[in-house]
Amino acid sequence: MEKSLYISPSPHIHGGDSISKNMYGVLIALIPAFLVSLYYFGLGALIVTLVSVVSCVLFEYLIQKFIMKKEPTICDGSAILTGVLLAFNVPSNLPVWIIMLGALFAIGVAKMSFGGLGNNIFNPALAGRAFLLISFPAQMTTWPLVDATSAFPLTYTDAETGATVLSLLNEGVKELPSYTSLLIGNHGGSLGEVSAIALLLGFAYMLWKKIITWHVPVTIILTVFAFTGIMHLVNPETYASPFLHILSGGLMLGAIFMATDYVTSPMTKKGMVIYAIGIGLLTSIIRLFGSYPEGMSFAILIMNSLTPLINAYVKPKHFGEK
Amino acid sequence: MLKTFRIGGIHPPENKLSAGKKITALAAPKQVIIPLSQHIGAPAQAVVKKGDVVKVGTLLAKAGGFVSANIHSSVSGKVNKIDNALDTSGYRRPAIYIDVEGDEWEESIDRSDTLVKECNLSSKEIIDKIAAAGVVGMGGATFPTQVKLLPPPGNKAEIVIVNAVECEPYLTADHELMLEKGEQILVGVTLLMKAANVNKAVIGIENNKPDAIAHMTKLASAYPGIEVMPLKVKYPQGGEKQLIDAVTSRQVKSGALPISVGAIVQNVGTVYAVYEAVQKNKPLFERVVTVTGKAVKNPSNFLVRIGTPISNLIEAAGGLPENTGKIIGGGPMMGKALVSAEVPVGKGSSGVLLMTEVESVRKPMHDCIRCAKCVSVCPMGLNPAFLMRSTVYQKWDLAEEDHIQDCIECGSCSYTCPANRPLLDHIRIGKAKVLGIIRSRKS
Amino acid sequence: MILIAVISLGAIGIVGALLLYVASKKFEVHEDPRIGQVQEVLPGANCGGCGYAGCAGFAGACVKADSLDGMLCPVGGAPVMAKIATILGKEASSAEPKVAVVRCNGTCAARPRTNKFDGVKSCAVASSLYGGETNCTFGCLGYGDCVKACSFDAIHINPETGLAEVDEDKCTACGACVKACPKNVIELRKKGPKSRRIFVSCVNKDKGAVARKACANACIGCGKCAKECPFGAITVENNVAYIDYNKCRMCRKCVAVCPTGAIHELNFPPRKEAAPKADVEKPVAPAEPVQAKPVENTATEVKKEEIKK
Repeated sequence: MEKSLYISPSPHIHGGDSISKNMYGVLIALIPAFLVSLYYFGLGALIVTLVSVVSCVLFEYLIQKFIMKKEPTICDGSAILTGVLLAFNVPSNLPVWIIMLGALFAIGVAKMSFGGLGNNIFNPALAGRAFLLISFPAQMTTWPLVDATSAFPLTYTDAETGATVLSLLNEGVKELPSYTSLLIGNHGGSLGEVSAIALLLGFAYMLWKKIITWHVPVTIILTVFAFTGIMHLVNPETYASPFLHILSGGLMLGAIFMATDYVTSPMTKKGMVIYAIGIGLLTSIIRLFGSYPEGMSFAILIMNSLTPLINAYVKPKHFGEK
Repeated sequence: MLKTFRIGGIHPPENKLSAGKKITALAAPKQVIIPLSQHIGAPAQAVVKKGDVVKVGTLLAKAGGFVSANIHSSVSGKVNKIDNALDTSGYRRPAIYIDVEGDEWEESIDRSDTLVKECNLSSKEIIDKIAAAGVVGMGGATFPTQVKLLPPPGNKAEIVIVNAVECEPYLTADHELMLEKGEQILVGVTLLMKAANVNKAVIGIENNKPDAIAHMTKLASAYPGIEVMPLKVKYPQGGEKQLIDAVTSRQVKSGALPISVGAIVQNVGTVYAVYEAVQKNKPLFERVVTVTGKAVKNPSNFLVRIGTPISNLIEAAGGLPENTGKIIGGGPMMGKALVSAEVPVGKGSSGVLLMTEVESVRKPMHDCIRCAKCVSVCPMGLNPAFLMRSTVYQKWDLAEEDHIQDCIECGSCSYTCPANRPLLDHIRIGKAKVLGIIRSRKS
Repeated sequence: MILIAVISLGAIGIVGALLLYVASKKFEVHEDPRIGQVQEVLPGANCGGCGYAGCAGFAGACVKADSLDGMLCPVGGAPVMAKIATILGKEASSAEPKVAVVRCNGTCAARPRTNKFDGVKSCAVASSLYGGETNCTFGCLGYGDCVKACSFDAIHINPETGLAEVDEDKCTACGACVKACPKNVIELRKKGPKSRRIFVSCVNKDKGAVARKACANACIGCGKCAKECPFGAITVENNVAYIDYNKCRMCRKCVAVCPTGAIHELNFPPRKEAAPKADVEKPVAPAEPVQAKPVENTATEVKKEEIKK
């Protein structure tokens, strides 16, 4: 038989999973939160998200093509995801040029300078957000007020601004939004973080599609709940209820979509739990005792830097081990 | 809740195209090529020479060491030559070429279909008969069966586990064998129990073969001590350690033999060969082979004489499809890609799988995104991504520390990887390297 | 205020200095000073060609050893060994310079491909799986494991021939490529006077007909060269000829009689008159043909655990 056959080592079949499938899966899971942000923040949300996504993809393409001189991999969806997550982490009235700067930092510094997808230490979107928060604290901490009466408001940088739940807390204000409004998103905040229900929907979708496991999000939420709960019991006057903490700010968004980033989170279940407890504790500490109202993004970034260490020391339980 | 092994595992599409196809005996070809290395261990030593006339069942080569196996002629005819032949290993290795003339069997072989239940032999006599017949593990690992039945000192066998899970996609040879030769298999199990001196045996069958489970359960009621256990469908349940874990909930420690938890695992095909060897005096010279593939006209289960070129089997299943890109000896997960269709069927050839060109080519690989899916599917609880990295950077000490030698090469990691990384390709090399380092340290 | 700062910082500095001093005394490792001296003269490439873990390991072994017999830094060669001998006051053993030689001339043109390898492009991976993309199961696979192993950029895969080629000027005969090659195609041979070498550039142990069918340039083990050699330097074993470089006197008679051109000569001046066979010299000859000693070709048998269907 003269046919020239292919020869390769086993296995000879592949499950069909791919990086892009996972990335687009996460994007699908973000749709509910995006719809909620459109409802409350309207035009601003749309502009911020579009600008962020387009600039992330563009920067990734340019850097891969002209600096790294390799085949651009923008189709794998990771740049789109970074763009969406970055947008979800900023106020919906942020000027375009600041968003683009954030995207450049996220893609250029946090991702590509390490070698691209798979080699970065820090979550690019969060690194971008932290960069913006430090560079433009004023713009990054004035959130547009939510007007629950009008869907898809046509305001952008001209929106009326107000504070988030956590900054109210930080300032010692006592009149806070109800749990219901926290759940559905009827309060001020970054555009992706307002509705806990929409984010939980996304979580359920990712669990169903086996994109992520429950370990990181659930552990983070439980840790924050336990820590703030204890503090609340100790002194209910100073410290707010744990329910308020887990429902407000970027906790859900961070726990479900940012802390679970494949590249920057540990590989073993045990490692994931350690990492998640670390994030939960740091978040609570920053929120309760720090000067920043919100600590999620810094907590995740700090634990990102410990991930290689966790990976090196926390091994999976191997077969036959007691 | 069906039992299964506890760590990792995957469920690839089963694609059992040839399920329910009766086993048909394939006529002997004009010439057979019988390799001298059809088992793990030392090659057998030829005892015939060019020009010798042999019958079906005549001893051709004697075991070349403790871990080795006898080889018998599968046809009657004349030895044409003893020369190197390309075999399933991908290399040219010594083999005996026999020109077929007629079909004359050795007289000692009982060719009738009668079921012989009684056996008055002692444990040692049974083992000797198994060794004489050249029986090896027929699931693909081809470990000489008699060696497994002789536990090293200090170990005591407690249970015989029959591996009838057939967890590889496509393959159906064991499934058909159970449906057609159920009684014989059960007698074989009693022989193995007697040989190993145990009174308990479990036949593990995956739940995707309900007819086989029902059939074997019904028959087994007449055989005391034998239990048929349906198992959850999960690959690689046919791995020895995984099967023991599934059946007994005991995990064999790293580096230990199954006998350390009192288990002896035998493939169902091997059990049938044991029955034939002991009760029918029939050496191992033919076996059931599944010929399958999405483009194959008639996926079939054939009873084939060892040494038949695989091209004959493909012909009998409707010919080689135009778009064949790869011929695999065995199943798609652990089988070996063959260089040519002219290689002969060996004792460990459980299947021939023809893949189309589109299926054959691997997709381009990307950087590891540390999604840890390989970690969660690894049935041995390893971190394949790290093992691959250790191998690529030649950090053998790290690889050893991470138990690279525990890898059973099931391929679940490469199967799952979303970045299409060839994890197992590298790990296999690292494993061989580390094994060499461990051995040189001992000596 | 300033005073407090100066005093406190000064105090911290002094405490730190004391700590460092104590630590350096307490944890000092006593090392034979000669190890350092020997290491000075070594090339510091840490190639491992000497058989020790890097230059420091070799230096330690030299100092410890009773005599320098059998100790050789293949990179530095005799001059370095002489220096080491002076430092240690021991006799240096003389070793002739060697060079890596690739003993395969199965070019893409001579050795038709019969299948397509689709695994990881690594010789180790391919050879543990099967014989290779051609019908020759002994020759160079061309995936470049040797290239990766070389610390001196002295070996490369020629894209035209698909074979590894040694750059003799850069080759230090450290032997890393020899170890890396799963096919045992590469051999360290005596560099020879004026770098002239003759060797059989084939390691195919198949019978002549099989070898020839797989590769037009294969040694078919015909033995003509062995008969021709006036010095008894050529032996034919397992269907492949091997030239013992200690016996070879570079007469080049074997090169002329080889029917397949498997014997290569390197760095010789062009012949004055046309040899009996004009096309004897292969076009490939330039940089790195190789001659072969019958080296055990062991296909790495990766033991499969018993996974069955």
